[in-house]
Amino acid sequence: MRRMPSRWPVRGWRSLALASMLLPAVALGCPEAPPRGTGDLGLIVERAAGRVQLVETTGRSALGSIDGLGDLSHASLVYSRDGRYAFVFGRDGGLSKVDLLCRRIELRVLQAGNSIGGAISQDGRLVAVANYAPGGVKVFSSDSLELLADIPAEYEPGKRAKVVGLEDASEGRFVFSLFEAGEIWIADLSEPRLPRITRFRGIGSQPYDALVTPDGRWYIAGLFGEDGLALIDLWHPERPARRILSGYGRGQEALPVYKMPHLEGWAIAGRYAYLPAIGRHEVLVVDTDSWREIARISVAGQPVFVMARPDGRQVWVNFALPHNDVVQVIDTQTQAVHKTLHPGKAVLHLEFTPRGEAVWISARDDDRVLVYDTASFAQLATLAVEKPSGIFFTARAFRIGL
Amino acid sequence: MLSLSAHPADGAQRAQETQDGSVRARHLALRHLVKHDCGSCHGMRLTGGLGPPLTAVALADRPLQFIESMILRGRPGTAMPAWQGILSDADARWIAEMLKEEGFEE
Repeated sequence: MRRMPSRWPVRGWRSLALASMLLPAVALGCPEAPPRGTGDLGLIVERAAGRVQLVETTGRSALGSIDGLGDLSHASLVYSRDGRYAFVFGRDGGLSKVDLLCRRIELRVLQAGNSIGGAISQDGRLVAVANYAPGGVKVFSSDSLELLADIPAEYEPGKRAKVVGLEDASEGRFVFSLFEAGEIWIADLSEPRLPRITRFRGIGSQPYDALVTPDGRWYIAGLFGEDGLALIDLWHPERPARRILSGYGRGQEALPVYKMPHLEGWAIAGRYAYLPAIGRHEVLVVDTDSWREIARISVAGQPVFVMARPDGRQVWVNFALPHNDVVQVIDTQTQAVHKTLHPGKAVLHLEFTPRGEAVWISARDDDRVLVYDTASFAQLATLAVEKPSGIFFTARAFRIGL
Repeated sequence: MLSLSAHPADGAQRAQETQDGSVRARHLALRHLVKHDCGSCHGMRLTGGLGPPLTAVALADRPLQFIESMILRGRPGTAMPAWQGILSDADARWIAEMLKEEGFEE
């Protein structure tokens, strides 16, 4: 055996060795952890503590926590394709690979000064991070967190934009928006060290977040600087970007926006997309065949997350200050609000269990997470979580755009 | 009323204490708002995000009144909203002073 039969054991050992150097107290391979699947696991961000709580959705309980993750304000995460590891994106530019089974940080790098989120590639090999400062995207090996590509969001000589709405797409691509530039870029990383960029210019003013539809075809960026959204057909990147829902405010003065809406929440139910209106107490309903508005639904405040239950029968909405103690449920058959809940103070996020029988809701200022039955709206459980924000279940590992 | 006139000094002191208590409670609420709600754009440690950093160093050249006005009236053309529906003039003044002097780190 002059050579290892494959590179896997070598790489595996190297990362284990590195992890054990960083965390000498933790035994290799964590023999204390009983074997279990990860399909009912999830992580909840404790934003102020730099920690995530590991939870399971079968018994609705907390299993433990992992700390040392840095500044987790506005933190998000994605999962490896085997559902064992989470890649946590911190505000401070930290990228951490967390092992759910061993409940520890496997690897961690500080890759920028200020970050906003990330995505994992379709094949699970690459993790990309969107950075505000310095503005751009960095792409890492999901195995080793080795830096493979650095894509500065330089839209004019010497000018770099903040990157938002970074999403994974098919065929080794990532898609993202440039806030100051009003551009959308597709980065083809089929050769990870040689990214090829396709630029869409003039897509609209101040794109602030984006989503990819569940089928992976459409990339939709919300615009802060104008009423409307930008649409890219990822099946036909040769076609220009389109503007949809232009002027949905119809010239009325928008309300002050105390919290930016989030689009990455799969607000697609059946053939309709449910989108938050900026600066208005409305959810916009769009037909994804024609991309025309078909309805607008009055809601309790300015929507932040507009999320479809996995079966698409309900859409759940939370709101910006000062209505952030309310959650409303839209019935997608009647296009009307049919339930209003008051889960607690400062509702920041909600996440459905993989098949949608329950929803977990974080109430930041009550330091707890509430679990509701989505059919009866009965409260099923309450978990003590310190300043909870994002809730992420491992089922995200198997969906494009999450 | 009777007790007030009987012990004017006590009454005044009590009123002052109540006022101090409510100011303290308000400042606590504002601390929370700055950290978590301003923090959603400016970062929980106010080191910047979609919005610019609000550390004492970053704001060194900005006059107090400019910061106060920015908080109350927002900044048209950017994502900074007018907070005057939620914050009073006194709230904005206190936040501006804190940002420039002490900062909000515990």
